[in-house]
Order: sequence, then C-alpha cells, then structure tokens
Amino acid sequence: MIEATYSSSSALLIAKGIGKRFGGLSALDQVSLSIPSGSIYGLIGPNGAGKTTLFNVLTGIYRADEGTFELDGRSLTHCRSDQICTLGIARTFQNIRLFGNMTAIENVMVGRHVRTHSGILGAILRLPSQRTEEQAMITRAQELLNFVGIGQHANQVARQLPYGDQRRLEIARALATDPKLLALDEPAAGMNDTETATLGRLLQKIKESGVTILLIEHDVKLVMGLCDRVAVLEYGRLIAEGKPANVKNDPRVIAAYLGTEVS
Amino acid sequence: MKSKVWLGLLSLALIIALPFGTDLILGRSWVRLLDFALLYAMLALGLNIVVGYAGLLDLGYVAFYAVGAYLYAMLASPHLGMHWPLWALLPMGALVAASFGALLGAPTLGLRGDYLAIVTMGFGEIIRIFLRNLNVTNGPAGIDLIDPIQIGGFSFGANHSLLGWDLPGIYSYYFLFIILTALIILISHRLSDSRIGRAWSAIREDEIAAKSSGLNTRHLKLMAFAMGAAFGGVSGVLFAGFQGFISPESFTMGESIMILCMVVLGGMGHISGVIMGAILLAILPEAFRPLSQFQQATFGHVWLDPANLRMLMFAIALIVVMIIRPEGLWPSPVHRRELHANDSEAGSSQKAAL
Repeated sequence: MIEATYSSSSALLIAKGIGKRFGGLSALDQVSLSIPSGSIYGLIGPNGAGKTTLFNVLTGIYRADEGTFELDGRSLTHCRSDQICTLGIARTFQNIRLFGNMTAIENVMVGRHVRTHSGILGAILRLPSQRTEEQAMITRAQELLNFVGIGQHANQVARQLPYGDQRRLEIARALATDPKLLALDEPAAGMNDTETATLGRLLQKIKESGVTILLIEHDVKLVMGLCDRVAVLEYGRLIAEGKPANVKNDPRVIAAYLGTEVS
Repeated sequence: MKSKVWLGLLSLALIIALPFGTDLILGRSWVRLLDFALLYAMLALGLNIVVGYAGLLDLGYVAFYAVGAYLYAMLASPHLGMHWPLWALLPMGALVAASFGALLGAPTLGLRGDYLAIVTMGFGEIIRIFLRNLNVTNGPAGIDLIDPIQIGGFSFGANHSLLGWDLPGIYSYYFLFIILTALIILISHRLSDSRIGRAWSAIREDEIAAKSSGLNTRHLKLMAFAMGAAFGGVSGVLFAGFQGFISPESFTMGESIMILCMVVLGGMGHISGVIMGAILLAILPEAFRPLSQFQQATFGHVWLDPANLRMLMFAIALIVVMIIRPEGLWPSPVHRRELHANDSEAGSSQKAAL
C-alpha cells in the first residue's frame, strides 16, 4: 500500500482508508490521500479506476462504506454535500452540470448563496441590507466571470455558451463558494490544445490565489506539467503517489496504462 | 418613462372600471365570477411558487386553501361562537397554512416527480377527509353563516352605493381581492428575483449541482412549500368570508388539479402567465354555458347535457393548448427555453454550420 510520506501538518485534505462498494463491485478499496495545502494535486488512472467515485465520496454525493476524510482537521465523513461545500470543498462535474436555463451570472450568484444570508423576509421587504448584499453578489459574480475569462458573456443563458466557456462557468460557480479545495473532474475533456493550455494557465492562477486544487484529468501532459503531486488509481486502489516525474516512471503505473508483458 | 406612467394609470383605470363594465354588459353574476377568478389567481400564484419556481409537483395544494377557509369559518361564525376580525385572521391564515405546508412538505423532501405528486395528492385527500369527519369542522355539512369580511366599520357583505350606483358586496370584494392579488404579485415578483428565488430555480434545474453548490435543498424546498401554502391560506380566508358557507366538497382533488392546470396552462414560473391561466380557466366553463341555448336553437333539442358539454369543451381546449404550446400560453423566458431546448440548440448549430 502506498501512503503519503510527507508531514501531514501542511495537509489540507486527509483521506484515510476510503472504501466504497456497489453491490459486489469494490469501486474504492482502502484509498488514502493527503493533499498539501496550496498545491495542485492530480488524480489519474485508467477508465473505471474509481476517480469519479472518489470525488463523489469526497463531495458527499456518495457515502463511504469505510474510512474517513477531513478538511483542515475537520471531519467531513458524515456530511451532506451542501455541508461539505459550506465547509470548503467545491467541485465541477465530468458531464457539465450547470443551471442550463439561467444566465451565466445567475449561475455564479447561486454559488454565492452559501456565503450570503438574506432570506424570504429580506426579499419580500427589499430591506437595505438585502439590497447591498444583492449588489455585492452581482459585483463578486462578475469579478469571477472576468477571472475565468467569460466576463463578456454574463447575461447569456448558460446552455447556449460554447462548450469550453461552460467548463469555465462551472469553475466560476465553484469558486463563488469561496472553497479551500476546488475539485475538478476532467476540466479539459473535449478541449483542443489551445483551450487546454488556457485552462492550465487558469488553474495556475487559481492556485496562486490560494485555493488548493484536486484535479482528475486524462490529459497526461496537462497533469504532469501542472500538478505538484499525483496519485494513480487502478481498480479502486491507489497504486502510486508522489511527484509527477517519479510517478511517470513507476513500473506499476506504466503497467496500468500500457498493460504488462505476457511472459 | 412617461409612457410607462400613463400605461400604469390606464391599466389602473381599466381594473377599476372592469366590474362596472362587466355588470353592464354581461350581468351581475359575471362580477361574482370575476371575484372567483381573483381568488383563483391568488391560489395559482401560490402554487406557482412550489411548482413553477422550485419545480416540485404538488397535487394536494387545495389542502392549504381548505386550512385558510376553515380557520376563518371556525373563528368567525356562530359555529364556535367566535367572531374574530379579518386583520387577525388573514395573517393567521397565512401562518397556519404555511406551517401545514412545511409539515406536509417535510416527509416528501426525498421524493421527486411522480412520487412527490402521489404523496402530495394523498396529503390533500387526508386533509379533506379530516375536515369531513371531525366534529369541530361540522363534518360533511360544513360551516354556514360565516361572517362576511369586515374591515373597521365597513362590511364587504353589505350593499353600498356610490354616486347613485348601487354597489352590492361583490363589488367591495372585487376591490379587496384586487389589492391582495396585487400584494401577492409583488411578493412573487420580489421572491423570484432574489437569493432564495435563484436557489429555487437552481434546484429545479439540477438538484445535484444545487446541493454541490452548497444549497441546503431541504430548507429551500420547505420554504417553497410554506410560502406557497401561505398564499393558499390567504385565499382560503377570503373565500370563506366571501362565500359565507364552506364544506369539504369545495376542497376536492379536482380543485387541486384545476389550480395546477391554471399554472401549467398559463405558463409555469411566469407571474403574468399564471394569472392569465387562472382567469381563463375560472371564466371558461361559464363562457361555455350558452352552448345549451345554442343547441336548443339549432337542433330544437338539447342533445348533450350542458354541464357535461362545457366540461368537455373545456377539456378539449386544455388539451389543444398543451399540444400546441407545451410551455403555456404566456411562459417565462426561462421555462420557454427549458421546453424548446432542442429546437434552439438545433437552430444555433444550424446557424453555426451555415
């Protein structure tokens, strides 16, 4: 078994022995991770290795059958997904899940929901506090749209945005929740080389703003160039973990991706 | 800006003139129908919060109408010997109905679509059956001699006269209902354009994404149920005072479905559409009434029972509208997009190809 070896004092997210089964199939088996604060952490592996399942466990969509995980020392194992988001993990989805018929800026404003407070009474009475908050939400949402590079599309309906912009919008919505950890499920899927390169620069910018990133990605070039550390899953097990250069040359990783020689 | 002010003044004048004109042209019973149309508009706007905004299919909505109506009937009639005033009962009706909304909503939180519809339908029936079997609600006989609505010294039930024009109660009620409908429109509008309203839309669009964006969907759904129920409670209070008599038969499932039809036919989520749907469906069955005279005149004989015939026409009208315009007669842009997603995508890709 591979265990993270560096000191855990700088770790933002620590997962211990996560297991998840669907019927007889073991989708995750004793997966332990430790994601250093301020890093970009890559999660790779062949199709069906359990990457998205792990994401769904860490964001509360599935409940782990075994194991625990914590963010900043606070256990999230038994939290619902909205609580997990409130406590600092935001995510995007492999198959983009935007609020398709709302505008781009409304999507991001929904992301701000969790950091704002005005309720029904405030809305009905249009209290001054509610109006200031609403204004602040709009300003912040526009800033985030600008940050991910689609500021000019603020009032367009999300579903009608080009594919790459939808991916960016999803990232903006996730960032709007002020996450400590941003979990991205294949953000470069379906993008061409130029778009992928732009995305890489965006992720770098997000990292520099102080948000830790957990990244599932198939584009090996992107992962190796961007990530500070990489974990490799195969058949629900962690088979390698470490700096990208080391992981790339790990025989087990090569075997997982290319298959083993028949002897 | 100036033209807007004029447009506002003009519609206000129209709204004020409407019952007088109706009375002159169509007769007094149509003014009464207008009052009912307004009650339905309030109900439909309430259900619109639940169905249109939050996307929760509720088939038992009439229960909250019943709660409001029975609250007023019991506390303002000789039945229990209590005669509470409207200013106390109206907010109470909203509050009690809202509590019922949250109470009945709570067990359904995990359900969606068809399952939610079935459970809410069950709750609606449970309330009706309770009303039918309890002593305090006077069972199937219902409650009569309910106090007409009174504000200060002004009784809405009595005849008044203005500038020589004789004004029976239905006129006073019309203006009271207009004011409350306007209030409910304002609240609906402000809610839809707020943090909570956006959260409701998000849940309707994609619940998993909404949860992952940190929305506490349980709280938000309960809020929608409670808010919608509050409007239902208000209309119920007004209905009881207006009608003077209520019985469990006014609150059947058919009524719930009728209100849902108003919301869907008019245009889910769109305030103007929903009001139009409510007014149309409240008036349409009456408008088909002359059909029996028409039969008599044409065939010299009434072939089909007019009561059945007009419901048949009504049903056909509904079906035709739903086939031709599934998004409703006057939909909100958002819901329109939802139902025409594929057309517009096909359209834009076509444009791109060209």
